[in-house]
Amino acid sequence: MKLANSTTTAVSLIKASLKRIEETNDWHIFTFVDKDAAIKKAEEIDAKIKKGEPVGRLAGVPYALKANFLSKHRPADASAKILTEFISPIDSTTAEKLEKEGAICVGCVNLDAFAHGSSTENSYYGPTKNSADRSRVAGGSSGGSAVAVALDCVQFATGSDTGGSIRQPASFNGVYGIKPTYGTISRYGVVAMASSLDVIGFFTKSASDLDLLMSITAGQDSKDQTTLPDFYGKDDTQLTKKCIGYVKEFMNSPALDPEIKSALESKLTSLHSMGYETVELSMPTLEYALAAYYIIQPAEVASNLSRYDGVRYGFRSGDLKATDNKTSIDLLFENTRSEGFMRENKRRIMIGNFVLSSGFYDAFFLKAAKARTLIINEFDKAFERVDAILSPVSPNPAFKLGEKVDDPVSMYLEDVMSVPVNLAGLPAVAFPAGKNKAGLPLGLQIIGPRRSDKNLIKITEELV
Amino acid sequence: MSRKYDITIGIECHVQLKTKTKLFSEVDNDARGKEPNSCVSPVDYALPGMLPRLNGEAVKLAIRAGAAMNAKINPESRFDRKHYFYPDSPKGYQITQFYHPIVGEGYIELPSGKKIRIENAHLEGDAGKLTHFDTYSLVDLNRVDTPLLEIVSMPDISSPEEARDYCKELWRNMIYAGVTNGDLYNGNMRFDVNISLKKPGDKKLGTRAEIKNLNSFRSIERAAAYEYERQSKLLDKGEKVVQETRGWSDATGVTTAQRNKEEAQDYRYMPEPDLPPLSLSREFIDTEYGKCPDLPADYRTRFAKMISVDTLEVLLDYPELAIRLAEIANSDQLMVDYIANLFASVLLAEENQSLLNDALPSASQLIELATMKSKNELSSTSAKEVFIKLFESKHASKTPSSLAKELNLIQENDSGALEAIVDAVLAKPETAKAQADYKAGQEKVLGFLVGQVMKESRGKANPSAVSAILQNKLK
Repeated sequence: MKLANSTTTAVSLIKASLKRIEETNDWHIFTFVDKDAAIKKAEEIDAKIKKGEPVGRLAGVPYALKANFLSKHRPADASAKILTEFISPIDSTTAEKLEKEGAICVGCVNLDAFAHGSSTENSYYGPTKNSADRSRVAGGSSGGSAVAVALDCVQFATGSDTGGSIRQPASFNGVYGIKPTYGTISRYGVVAMASSLDVIGFFTKSASDLDLLMSITAGQDSKDQTTLPDFYGKDDTQLTKKCIGYVKEFMNSPALDPEIKSALESKLTSLHSMGYETVELSMPTLEYALAAYYIIQPAEVASNLSRYDGVRYGFRSGDLKATDNKTSIDLLFENTRSEGFMRENKRRIMIGNFVLSSGFYDAFFLKAAKARTLIINEFDKAFERVDAILSPVSPNPAFKLGEKVDDPVSMYLEDVMSVPVNLAGLPAVAFPAGKNKAGLPLGLQIIGPRRSDKNLIKITEELV
Repeated sequence: MSRKYDITIGIECHVQLKTKTKLFSEVDNDARGKEPNSCVSPVDYALPGMLPRLNGEAVKLAIRAGAAMNAKINPESRFDRKHYFYPDSPKGYQITQFYHPIVGEGYIELPSGKKIRIENAHLEGDAGKLTHFDTYSLVDLNRVDTPLLEIVSMPDISSPEEARDYCKELWRNMIYAGVTNGDLYNGNMRFDVNISLKKPGDKKLGTRAEIKNLNSFRSIERAAAYEYERQSKLLDKGEKVVQETRGWSDATGVTTAQRNKEEAQDYRYMPEPDLPPLSLSREFIDTEYGKCPDLPADYRTRFAKMISVDTLEVLLDYPELAIRLAEIANSDQLMVDYIANLFASVLLAEENQSLLNDALPSASQLIELATMKSKNELSSTSAKEVFIKLFESKHASKTPSSLAKELNLIQENDSGALEAIVDAVLAKPETAKAQADYKAGQEKVLGFLVGQVMKESRGKANPSAVSAILQNKLK
């Protein structure tokens, strides 16, 4: 990270960032630019530096918040119509910790509404474009975050990852992204997608920056009872086997792009020369991960979106004429939700409510929960043998805008290699692995056992 | 009373736990007398990005309530979401414990000795309150996520009277355990009564109706009795009872259908992913279980030979009276009956009930009072007077003897002094006729003479002693 100090002012860092945001307007990255507040905070930091006062480990560093992170004065609407004009009375725990170290938020960046998607095309504000090719998708759901970092608008950006929402856009744009162990960073103040899968993480341009951000934001939070006791940098899972695995079923998948496959093979060779043993793992249960994910995730999504009913905040439909069969309160719910949610939101609400409905719970939700346990067990078994698993993030590089919009299943299939990690609550680091012939960035991920986050970052650093 | 059909009743009771803060947030749980929507945190308001944080105090009270139902506590319980759309439910779901409740099987023993089994009891959040007007409704979220313990009984209850007794005994146990304020009028405990009828001898239970949201023992009994009449008339005519939810009106004395099963909601239960499973150590459970104080059943055993059953049952509605009597029994068992009767006949008399808001006299004050009465230092009328005065704050710290002296109520028992007063009265010309009448066999006039002596002593003479002296002198 480039910090403000006696030679580089925070104001100059922020002004450079704001200028870059303007220059990259065509990529449609930011949904809100917080210019005045950012410059004001930069001036405060510069004044402190002048006086020789401590300014924190991220002094003057411009960063972007994925627009599902709540902020006291910034519109954090998760790129969803139903939350437009909602201003939160609280800050997310993560932003609070970053700001305390002197980081400066220059604005909020685009995502698929409520983080539902793999391309950022489901945003109420329209899609963000790929950093390397504006005819292609940024990836998603944290597309804005990835492109903002790739195009140097900011030095880092926050993200949330439910099924690949950090790793996939990171790999589509050639930047680093971390999906920490479930429960490492507080989810407090981040608009929930699917609570048992959601994690908070970051996009950066180096592995060491990931480590710095993790050391600042990881930790137990009384406001999120699913956070783990502090472990990052204190009680990390050590990786001492000097052995890295790769998944046979992924490598042999006909869906895997050959250039991604060869990028992975070349990394295996590098690992070998670094003194690591590399072994092929058979993980047949992973085949069921996507199906299990697209039951558990929509179920939790449907539940978490129940609160958006137009009664207390956000968008409310104006069409409330009661009829013979419908009371005005039913209409308030129905019309607000019909008009306020995007198509993909509604699809997931429908799937989620279906799999939870009486008579289907055992057949779908419970079955998926059991599959999830088997997947966890399969990973645990693999980590008895290997330190970590090297895997593609997604089978293909960035696809064309609009290419998969009308084919949700083919869009979901892009998540096939990222969702097992969320189901098992494991940490994974996505890192750049060169470009394909067409010049599109390629990305890989390294997956480790729970609480090995710091050591995964270390391996990544050695490997790239 | 014999009935044509057997009644089967199971009861669900929602108990509001008296925690300082709400079940999932740190705002005040006591909204009495507060502005609408003033006790609501961003968590209760269901803003985006908010997560529930379980209140440990509610868990402790749930365990103590479990102890008051002789129930086992499950070392691991979990939370679930129960979904429905209504403006009283900001999250769009209620957090409850559908699959893995904290309190397992237990029982409540009725005064009759019959045990009503408890199936389970689980923690959940209360809903908000709606007030409906002609063209709009108002939403007050102060009550949202007030901790509730929902106690589910087995269908062991077999009459409207027993339903009332069960609810009352459950209420008593909860207030003795100190887990709720137990104010029924304000909805601190609310009862749903499930009732079905079957022919005697039939194995299969009939179709049940559920009467929701009853909040007085009388309405529970009345509503159940009404349901018996309603359902038995249907069965007599060969018609079927519809499974449905019904509401009770105290004013009209009837139940009416609220919604039937066809419209029943699908709650789409799901494990609550924002709260980890609640794991309790044996030690923690035992500690909290051990904090459950003596319950009505304990006092029944304790006072069995000291207080009449009828008197005791009246007193047991007031835990503070039972506790005081137990303290008294510890030092002087012989005084218990007299003091219990003072409580029942004086303190709980309609005109004195407001005294219950004041501090109860201490055990030592009450024992001293009872001792003075037994030694005839106080007449029973004077003892009651002293008893009532002890509730007044200006007298509360006085001993009964000093208070009695101050009020000039000490009874004259000294026979020498009494004889002098009797002699003085007998010497009065206006008593001459009565004396003559008595000697002529009219024993009734003795009362007049005793009255004259009492008057002369200004009420302090012991009337039975006076009577004995008079009889002796007029032989």
